[in-house]
Amino acid sequence: MTTTDAEPLVRLDQVSVSFNELPVVDRVSLEVRRNDIVTIIGPNGAGKTTLIKAVLGIQPVTAGRIHKAHRLLIGYVPQHLELQPTLPLSVRRFMALTGAPETECQSALARTGIRPLFRKSVHHLSGGEMQRLLLARALVRKPDLLVLDEPAQGVDINGQAALYELIRDVRDELACGVIMISHDLHLVMAATDRVICLNQHVCCSGYPADISHDPAFVETFGQPVAESLAVYHHHHNHSHDLHGDVVDGEHPEHVEHHVHS
Amino acid sequence: MSILDPVLDDFFWRALLGGLGIALVAGPLGCFVVWRRMAYFGDTLAHSALLGVALGFLFQTNLNLSVAATCVLLAIVLVSLSRSQALATDTLLGILAHSALAFGLVALSFMPDVRVDLTGYLFGDLLAMTRQDLAWIFGGAIVILALLYWLWQGLLMATIHEELARVEGFPVQRLQLVLMLIFSLVIAVAMKMVGVLLITALLIIPAATARRLASSPEKMVLMAIGFGMIAVASGLSMSWNLDTPAGPSIVVAAFVVFLLIYGVIRRARA
Repeated sequence: MTTTDAEPLVRLDQVSVSFNELPVVDRVSLEVRRNDIVTIIGPNGAGKTTLIKAVLGIQPVTAGRIHKAHRLLIGYVPQHLELQPTLPLSVRRFMALTGAPETECQSALARTGIRPLFRKSVHHLSGGEMQRLLLARALVRKPDLLVLDEPAQGVDINGQAALYELIRDVRDELACGVIMISHDLHLVMAATDRVICLNQHVCCSGYPADISHDPAFVETFGQPVAESLAVYHHHHNHSHDLHGDVVDGEHPEHVEHHVHS
Repeated sequence: MSILDPVLDDFFWRALLGGLGIALVAGPLGCFVVWRRMAYFGDTLAHSALLGVALGFLFQTNLNLSVAATCVLLAIVLVSLSRSQALATDTLLGILAHSALAFGLVALSFMPDVRVDLTGYLFGDLLAMTRQDLAWIFGGAIVILALLYWLWQGLLMATIHEELARVEGFPVQRLQLVLMLIFSLVIAVAMKMVGVLLITALLIIPAATARRLASSPEKMVLMAIGFGMIAVASGLSMSWNLDTPAGPSIVVAAFVVFLLIYGVIRRARA
């Protein structure tokens, strides 16, 4: 597929999804271009997963339209893969199910840093290794658009920062667009180009630095979260030249809990 | 066929051949039942088989055909009802399974001139296997194995993760429908062997035994077929020597193999 950077890979035009007349996603418009990293944040039940499933084409929309670029190839990293332990499956076999040749599978695994696990059973992987395997499966298809649903779930805090950095690097290499859902506000704010705060409707969107001051954002997430992000972001701007190694130490753990509650 | 005549004329060899043919399709299907947690679903389909027998007599059609058709219908009803989510799936399965069984029994009682060997359908009557049954079993097995081979990647991917499979371009809903059809066919032919009440055991015990040893989905299928065949052969010899009922003897044999494998191999492998 060939598109210029200006052409959106996917554009949502007033998209709504309702279950039993109840809107779960309410008139959402957004677009993702090549090289964009768009992060969707929002409280539980905000319709984040439903929204990206609509983008993936596995959730029918009730109203509105989704325009996709011609022959758009999507790589999908689902949320929290529960593999049936009754199904014996090796990393190698799981990769092969993408239809990619073995050498490409191996290099995709190398790219996500888990090549040594090639012959291991998927049931013996840690949370972080599983996310990296799913990312490798998405990458081996050379997607135009990468869709990730809470990619860092079940990954320890150091691994989370590394994973988001990996996603950024992958975006640079493939020049693909990225849509991801995340709860890790402080990490996401540093790794993303554009944040969309979803609470059924788009309550606010914009650049990470601006959004934490947005009244709608403060209302959704509460003053403490907004403040901690603003503080964090100030810090981030300050140490931007150091590049990488996002430090989480300063951020009290309760930030995340507030979001979850 | 003339070379095979001495074999096919003997009821014991017909039973063994039929049993091995059923093990051939029960292996892969049993793996799907174990992987997708469909054991109760299989039970429900099996229970509806008796209704299929009654309908077969009513419309004077081939019994295998009417059983398969009834299973397919029930499978479609089940899938569409479970999508609506008005009732929990296990409740729905319980209602449909036993209603279908009850309807079957009631319907059969309205046909007094039809003498049906109920125990044959409930527990199987492998030793009464006819040449026509053998043709059904091996014809069905060829169709089923060909379908599974052809659709294997998609079926496997849809089993591992349905949404991922859909995003990767597999026609998941159609694949599931095909799996239902295969399921119905297998039940129609396997009912002859072990009967309505024991079909699920025949499907899941060899597959569960294979899980202990297999390191890939394909190996698990091959091993499940192997364990199924061992169960058929040893169950039938037991039936022959000890004069026990054939169907239950096969399930007992399968269970003994299961115990042996799980007892001997203590180390869990993936």
